[in-house]
Amino acid sequence: MTASLLRTSPLGEREAEFAASGMDIREAGFRAMVNVRVDSASAAADAIGIALGVPLPVVPNTVCGGERAAVWLGPDEWLIYGADGDTPRITALATEALGPVSGSVLDLSANRTTIEISGARAREVLAKGCALDLHPRVFGEGHCAQTLIGKTQVLLWQYGNAPDYRILVRASFANYLADWLLDAAASGW
Amino acid sequence: MTANSERLPEGGRIDRTKPLRATVDGIEILGYRGDTVASAMLANGIRTVAPSLYRSRPRGILGAGNEEPNALVRVERRGSSPMLPATTVELTEGLPVHTLSGIGALEPNSEAKDLDTRFAHTDVLVVGGGPTGLAAALAASEGDARVLLLDDQPELGGALLRGTDAELLDWAGGAAELLRARPEVTVVSRCTAFGYYDENYLLAVERGETLDRQRLWKIRAHHVVLATGANERPIVFAGNDLPGVMLADATRAYVNRYAALPGSEAVIATTNDTAYEAALDLAAAGVSVRAIVDSRAEPPEDLAAMACQAGIEVLADCVVAEATGTDSVAAVRIVRFEQPRRTVRTIRADLLAVSGGWSPDVGLFSQSGGKLRWNETLAAFLPEHSRQRQHIAGAARGRYGFARCVADGRFAGVSAAESCGYPAPDSPLRPGISERATRVETEQRPVWIVPAETGKPAEWREHFVDLQRDATVADIARACGAGMRSPEHIKRYTTIGTGSDQGRTSGLTAVGVLAWLRGMGSPGALGTTSFRAPAVPVSFELLAGRDTGKLLDPVRTTPIHPAHRELGAEFENVGQWKRPWYYAREGEGMHEAVLRECAAARTGVAMMDASTLGKIDLIGPDAGEFLNRLYTNGFKKLAIGSARYGVMCGCDGMVFDDGVVLRLSENHYTLTTTTGGAAGVLDWFEEWLQTEWIELDVWATSVTEQWSTVAVVGPRSREVIGAIAPELAVSNAEFPFMTVRETVLGNGIPARIVRVSFSGELAYEVNVANWHGLAAWREIERAGAGFGITPYGTETMHVLRAEKGFPIVGQDTDGTVTPIDLGMDWIVSKRKDFIGKRSLSRPDTARADRKQLVGLLPDEHGTLIPEGSQLIGEHTPVTPEVAPVPMLGHVTSSYHSAALGRTFALALLRSGRERIGQTVRTPVGDRLVSATVTEPIFYDKEGARRDG
Amino acid sequence: MLLIECPWCGQREETEFRYGGQAHVDYPSAPAETGDTEWAEFLFYRDNPAGPFAERWMHAAGCRRWFNAVRDTRTNEFLGVYRIGEGQPA
Ligand SMILES: [Zn+2]
Repeated sequence: MTASLLRTSPLGEREAEFAASGMDIREAGFRAMVNVRVDSASAAADAIGIALGVPLPVVPNTVCGGERAAVWLGPDEWLIYGADGDTPRITALATEALGPVSGSVLDLSANRTTIEISGARAREVLAKGCALDLHPRVFGEGHCAQTLIGKTQVLLWQYGNAPDYRILVRASFANYLADWLLDAAASGW
Repeated sequence: MTANSERLPEGGRIDRTKPLRATVDGIEILGYRGDTVASAMLANGIRTVAPSLYRSRPRGILGAGNEEPNALVRVERRGSSPMLPATTVELTEGLPVHTLSGIGALEPNSEAKDLDTRFAHTDVLVVGGGPTGLAAALAASEGDARVLLLDDQPELGGALLRGTDAELLDWAGGAAELLRARPEVTVVSRCTAFGYYDENYLLAVERGETLDRQRLWKIRAHHVVLATGANERPIVFAGNDLPGVMLADATRAYVNRYAALPGSEAVIATTNDTAYEAALDLAAAGVSVRAIVDSRAEPPEDLAAMACQAGIEVLADCVVAEATGTDSVAAVRIVRFEQPRRTVRTIRADLLAVSGGWSPDVGLFSQSGGKLRWNETLAAFLPEHSRQRQHIAGAARGRYGFARCVADGRFAGVSAAESCGYPAPDSPLRPGISERATRVETEQRPVWIVPAETGKPAEWREHFVDLQRDATVADIARACGAGMRSPEHIKRYTTIGTGSDQGRTSGLTAVGVLAWLRGMGSPGALGTTSFRAPAVPVSFELLAGRDTGKLLDPVRTTPIHPAHRELGAEFENVGQWKRPWYYAREGEGMHEAVLRECAAARTGVAMMDASTLGKIDLIGPDAGEFLNRLYTNGFKKLAIGSARYGVMCGCDGMVFDDGVVLRLSENHYTLTTTTGGAAGVLDWFEEWLQTEWIELDVWATSVTEQWSTVAVVGPRSREVIGAIAPELAVSNAEFPFMTVRETVLGNGIPARIVRVSFSGELAYEVNVANWHGLAAWREIERAGAGFGITPYGTETMHVLRAEKGFPIVGQDTDGTVTPIDLGMDWIVSKRKDFIGKRSLSRPDTARADRKQLVGLLPDEHGTLIPEGSQLIGEHTPVTPEVAPVPMLGHVTSSYHSAALGRTFALALLRSGRERIGQTVRTPVGDRLVSATVTEPIFYDKEGARRDG
Repeated sequence: MLLIECPWCGQREETEFRYGGQAHVDYPSAPAETGDTEWAEFLFYRDNPAGPFAERWMHAAGCRRWFNAVRDTRTNEFLGVYRIGEGQPA
């Protein structure tokens, strides 16, 4: 039996509720997430970007890349995001590129799960509990932010123009956030 | 009265194609879409509302908006607020309305409403949809700035809706259309801004068409334009609270906007020009207007001529001294303004329309930190100085008249957009409108009070100042007599202005009366009372929004939660976490379940979900040095693959958190924190790394939820670990206490297994990726089945550790306890420095009589001392004569022990270590029980059990 | 609610931040040699001006960076923010 079949995701039991919500909303579980910390001005930062094929963005709250992406978390901190199963490769490439330079590469793939929410009402539903200005002039495709939705911390990331958002939330808060989003989506307002 | 008897045959902004029926106090009324409850009442001849709250005086409708103090109603509709002004409730089909005397009742089981919250951001926020606000919003949005316009009515137009000027109404309609067509403009009707806070943060309530729908707007605006208009003031005279006394502008609203007649024979009392419009509009609607009573000696000639043409007599230099009538106004007595105030005339009338001048609505401006200044000409407090990025425009700053409002609004809108980086192209308003001539207003002659001819002010109990509070000139005079001088003191002494109408019709009037009583010329020198949020009543449930029920606070669960539910666990709240408390089997209560779980851990094997512990990885060449500086003991020399327990103190030397540190490689440590302390510890690390020791090369990362942890505890735990991890050598020699091993479980899951013990028994913690937590739990359950493995909860965990005297930070400590107080001298390094070390030698921290952790054994073996119980000496008298009884400390943990066959406790006790062997007493229920002070360890003092 | 400018993330709501008290209170370089009075002052005594006050904030729900800010305690107005290690703006 392979270990990957034994995984459970925090919102695995909520699929039907998402489907019935009238919104384009779903859990994207088991995505690769590797935390990288390194001085952004160092050659190692560049080397990691080259090795991964996605530069580590230096503009705060932005994302570089496509299916494999580097998400800005702080001036010396990024989350490398990828498809399910990409974690070992990301970890190996980043660790090797970092070399003896001070920094850290840590697998955090199971730390958070991803909720994807798309479509015309997505922005409006998020605005019910997210204090960020999500207007396209301010927060568009390729923007990310660590912020609060309702009462939980999230990493919010607009990855498409539908608009499409990814909300990365710590596993233990995922059900709260799902409850919150479903309640907000069901509002008659 | 008959249905719709007082409805004008034509006109108004009501939709006559949409007739509606409703009831007021059981009486059926007819109305139309576009009516308020108040306008429909008047149209159906209902002019009297519920009597006043304190003096049961008959009352009528005074206003036509949220200034209304009298006409309060309860609407029997799902989700309605307990008390609403009838002047603000839109009439809908079948609405059952009950008039109220000033106090509503909360519904104890109010049904669910559709309440919503939304954050909004805008370049320019315009508050108010009258001519000023419309002009501002139009101008601001010409250059593509994002504009949000809030208006509290169902229809835009503001004061224009109360008039009949078709051209102006057309303009408003056109402006509204234009705004709605602009993609970056949002117009929100039925929306009242009620709070204005720092950094242009405003709160507003949007009402749905039905009473059960409300939305809270939380708005950040780069620039704000306040176009909040002005409120008309009443005049204080005898009997001014009788039904039939109405604000002059409100009478215009009723005849023009709602086509409802507020009376048939009217007298107008005014101090200024605006009431002439009301007089002419009433006359045009068929009301017999008997006279305009003008306080000014020489009213403007053009207005006087228009009145004359309409057949209305103008009584100049006169004021109303008294309205008389039993249940409503029947007659109005008019006197000369100048002394002696001889009676000029007494006129029969059922409507007395009053205008005591206008007060700009500066509530939001004032909330925002803006400063006000008295303007003698306009007899009003006007905005003088803004503290935030805002403009206040139009009537809200004393610019009256359509043309001036539009020009002022436009200027504000252009400046606001410019300040956001969106200069407006130079396109004037629709030709003709901005040039439209408006007569320049003439001076007013303020009248705050028309004194009675007899008696003293303290006796004038029919000169009303605050109708909702039933407060009169007599009340203000008594407040003055009691020594009150400032408006703030008067307000609190008399309660004037504290009603749900926020004193819109009484606030400045009270100051005017106070100025008169104190012999001062005008209210200017006295100032106003403070304006505070909320400017209109809002319910707590609206502010709570969706943060109720299961969304009140996040409920955190571990990936193993489904297994706990299947096992029938009772859950305990630990911070936001739901943790299994105990797992009761058929027929068991908590007590039996915990004894069974404890016995399993001490004699067989048991398992617990320990996933909630905080976890932090520290990576970097200075990680060991960093740990050395933060923990009281040393970690630099910890062997790779080994674990060590550590305690952290704050700078004050008090225990702050504890946990186990593992060294995974030369430069990589990982550590646990308490469940509640996880976020605080990471913050603490980052604080030192970022602000104080920036030279240290260490990276701290929270990995709390990357890992899920199952503790496997008990003499047979080694066998279970051996069964789940076939590749692992588990003998005591090969896997000794306080070491860590990486392995792969038999089912293919990678695991990090640590030999640590929080119970004194042989024990392991199996760490796997969070998404494997449930599978790991089930695997351990399966492998342990043959050994009778027993799941246990937090209660058993607490008992097991307490039997060993292991304190829990946050339960046995409270931020005033040092490691020395806990008896942990062994963990406090003498050689190295660490955070908090210096504080341990402060005179107070080094005192010998500090509270110290001790054990307690109750003399009665079955008696459980409640946690938190206070302790007193064995012979301390507890009679009331010698109170207060000196307390020696308190119980921090208390349990039944299966292993000891008795109860025991931990306590913080003054000079505790010196008292070992002595007796203390503590209340249990109504009795005092005795307990012996012991060392804080009760079980396996030699530590013989940890290797199994 | 305050709007606070994180030097990295820009303006965010106050709820995203943790307050850290007075800025530029250095940890004593040699605690063991610090007298009781001096140590107590380091632990417990802070300025409390009516006016501009240099203080520390941390963008707790965001990038988790500590930074300094000068806030006028009378009006709550932020006069400036600056990163750790940067000098206090004049
Ligand atoms: Zn930030």
